[in-house]
Amino acid sequence: MNTPTLSRPVDRRDFLKFSAFAGGGLVLGFYLKSSGSATGAEVVKPVAGAEFKPNAFIRIAPNGVVTIVSKQPEIGQGIKTSLPMIIAEELEVSWKDVVIVQGDLDAAYGSQSAGGSRSTPTNYDEFHKLGATARTMLVQAAAQTWGVPSAECNASGTAIHHAASKRTLGYGELVAKASTLPVPAPADVKLKDPKDFKLLGTRITGVDNPKIVTGQSLFGIDTKLPGMLYAVYEKCPVFGGTVVSANTDQIKTLPGVKDAFIIEGTANTAGLMPGVAIIADSTWAAFSARKQLKVVWDEGKFANDSWDAFTSKAKALSSQAGGSTVLKDGDVDAAFAGAAKVITADYSYPFISHLSIEPQNCTAHYHDGKMEIWAPTQNPAAGNPMITQLLDIPAANITVHMMRAGGGFGRRLSADFIIEAAAIAKRVPAPVKLTWSREDDLHHDQFRAGGFHFLKGGLDANGKLVAWKNHFVTFGSMGVGRGGGAPSLQTKSGGSLDADQFPARFLTNYLAEQSVMECNIPMGPWRAPGNNVFSFVMQGFIDELAHAAGRDPLEFRLDLLSQKKSGNYNADRMTGVVKLAAEKAGWNPKRFPKGQGQGISFHFSHAGYIAMVAEVTVSKDGQLKVDRVVAACDIGAQIVNRSGAENQVQGSVIDGLGTMMFQELNIERGRIVQNNLNDYPMIRINDAPPRVEVHFLSTNYPTTGLGEPAIPPVAPAIGNAIFAATGKRVRQFPLSRTDLRWS
Amino acid sequence: MSKYTLQINGQSRNVDVAPDTPLLWVLRDSLELVGTKFGCGVGQCGACTVHLNGVATRSCMTTVSTVGRKQVTTIEGLSTDGSHPLQKAWCELDVAQCGYCQAGQIMAAAALLKENPKPADQEIDDAMTNLCRCATYIRIRAGIKRAAGIPIEGDAMNSMGAVPTVASLQEAVK
Ligand code: FES
Ligand code: FES
Repeated sequence: MNTPTLSRPVDRRDFLKFSAFAGGGLVLGFYLKSSGSATGAEVVKPVAGAEFKPNAFIRIAPNGVVTIVSKQPEIGQGIKTSLPMIIAEELEVSWKDVVIVQGDLDAAYGSQSAGGSRSTPTNYDEFHKLGATARTMLVQAAAQTWGVPSAECNASGTAIHHAASKRTLGYGELVAKASTLPVPAPADVKLKDPKDFKLLGTRITGVDNPKIVTGQSLFGIDTKLPGMLYAVYEKCPVFGGTVVSANTDQIKTLPGVKDAFIIEGTANTAGLMPGVAIIADSTWAAFSARKQLKVVWDEGKFANDSWDAFTSKAKALSSQAGGSTVLKDGDVDAAFAGAAKVITADYSYPFISHLSIEPQNCTAHYHDGKMEIWAPTQNPAAGNPMITQLLDIPAANITVHMMRAGGGFGRRLSADFIIEAAAIAKRVPAPVKLTWSREDDLHHDQFRAGGFHFLKGGLDANGKLVAWKNHFVTFGSMGVGRGGGAPSLQTKSGGSLDADQFPARFLTNYLAEQSVMECNIPMGPWRAPGNNVFSFVMQGFIDELAHAAGRDPLEFRLDLLSQKKSGNYNADRMTGVVKLAAEKAGWNPKRFPKGQGQGISFHFSHAGYIAMVAEVTVSKDGQLKVDRVVAACDIGAQIVNRSGAENQVQGSVIDGLGTMMFQELNIERGRIVQNNLNDYPMIRINDAPPRVEVHFLSTNYPTTGLGEPAIPPVAPAIGNAIFAATGKRVRQFPLSRTDLRWS
Repeated sequence: MSKYTLQINGQSRNVDVAPDTPLLWVLRDSLELVGTKFGCGVGQCGACTVHLNGVATRSCMTTVSTVGRKQVTTIEGLSTDGSHPLQKAWCELDVAQCGYCQAGQIMAAAALLKENPKPADQEIDDAMTNLCRCATYIRIRAGIKRAAGIPIEGDAMNSMGAVPTVASLQEAVK
């Protein structure tokens, strides 16, 4: 097959880079600014750099097949389908003509991390421009071929049409011509009017579905390379523990075992922890040999940590002044003194695991000074700096293939499993797949931090909220902060209360303080970090205050939302979804008999405004059944893929419910007590509500993501409904800590 | 190591593995049938579900030495071309999020429908014990019903008509 090369001076506005594509065809590699600004008139060089990034590749083959590269990691959020839809929309291609391929980690793509529900908002506008620019060029190619004005041509169905002469040219036929055209000026590229969208807002099914339902190799753990060996890696159950010795000589004699060795590791619990690797000729041989492994650990100084001790300490801290002030408005003490009614409540939640269903794994092959990696990751670049630093492999010699991941939930933003695999592979003369057991996954997560909130609220004689105080006791570990300086206690993602957490800035008298307890437990982002628990606390206590005031919880909330004092919280958008949820659910808590109840909540996170109404039944013996959840979501102007969006919200509702009902890790002797799903239960189909109704409110704001923001309102809506049904207030996760029996 | 001849998806396959090797790892490592997934290794999650003589079985808890002449069906053998009604329903209703659990879900559902072609809602919930971490349970229920020809209440994909705008809602939320 000939491989034509195309060499010509680049256009002054070279945000489009033309290059040859093996096999012939038009390759439009687009390089756009990383900001959301209009497609820049400045020269953008097609090289890696913090300032500029290419956002996608479009390849159109002479046979009319349109290949779109998905640059983001696919972890179940549906990005591999939804982002290419945006290009396809503007490009006016029939979805059936589109092939999606997964891109590798490539500096030329810019950020490829999938976290914070940012994949959609950071790429949305630019993906429109990519598709529209390519479409404009195809229109020009056809117009020139026919000798008619471009304005008389229009694109649809992977073809350009000239209505007056009833002529049509398919994109495949236009490839050669389009490849010779200069890039149009941004002003000459017209984006589609949203009312003309054909794909966006419809339900497009996942591009990998056919592979998923037939069991084809797709996920990281499915990786198989010629001559590949299999590894397990045992780490100290106490975080920060180090290896003193291990019976590696004996392990090496076991069936199927090829090697066993100690890795010294570092103290970084998100990096390469010390441990013992076993390399074998099958997964099972490695798992079996591990049962014979005997390691003497130095458990270090955190070997006495326990959840019970942390709980007592938090309680003690609560009566002291907070270590730091998160936000102080007005004078809460004076306001409490003058209040008609003051109530207090303590809320808490434990450490939990992400439990992504595909255990952490990574395949790595070290050869010729190069490290090649196949990883189910949310953050494909995350491991590279440490691989360079610890294994002395320059970044240019590291290749990362992004594999579909069996769930992310924030877990795979960390690269510990990638770094381990690389460290092992560096010592093995063959490709090697590291597979964590489920026990490894549960014991060595980057956990969602537990926390304690000590709340106080004041109401005036009219039942109006006049003062709010929260002392948040959280966890941190010693480290150097972003600003440098001496080591101090650092909280991790989601472990710090933010100054804008509602109802902050909606009250004249507001105080939030924070104290940090030291631990060495690895902590990291868990789907909607911080928000997933703060919403439960704030929306629960707001509900308590509404009831204490004798006011309807919906009316109390709408009143509070009308009291904004400062900040960027968009109370109008929130009011919109609260009203929508209430309307669609038929808000009327009084219509339920005892044992049944309706609860409401709302939460802003990850740029999404979400409100929920839950209806529950609690039997007299305290068994909860969630009958119905109504979700109202404002994530801006455009739902990209309606099927994916609904799936995310429905899944979030059930995930949020399951987390509230079941998830809990206990800590004793510095280690996680639970081992596997038999003592760490997760929600199953029998506890999933029969009805989860999802409503979207389209508003004139940028389109944002939906992987996370529907999680936070779930637990408080259900907790508030439980209170309405039973009079029992849920202030702790998991639900087993609250006696829900009533008579 | 011991030699076994297994009946996998209608074919005889020879393997040489330790007798205590779970069928899961024989499928994945020795036979390169990776549709059967590892999730927990203790029989809890169901990602490793296969059929043994038509019965849904957790292959992580089934040692190779106990399989004998039993017919093993994996997701790769449920149909030759993805045309099993459950596979089609799963694609049409876009059940999967990450998709990792779904081969196991489909195998569990296939065994259910063989036994009980028109399961009631409660029977579906009782039979489907597999974990879906992405919590796609609403669409799993719908997928089973679609494959069984049972009408799905409302719309599995939650049809709510056009996305409302603020203006169109002003009336609604007053
Ligand atoms: S891997 Fe077999 S049940 Fe989880
Ligand atoms: S789709 Fe992800 S675990 Fe079921």
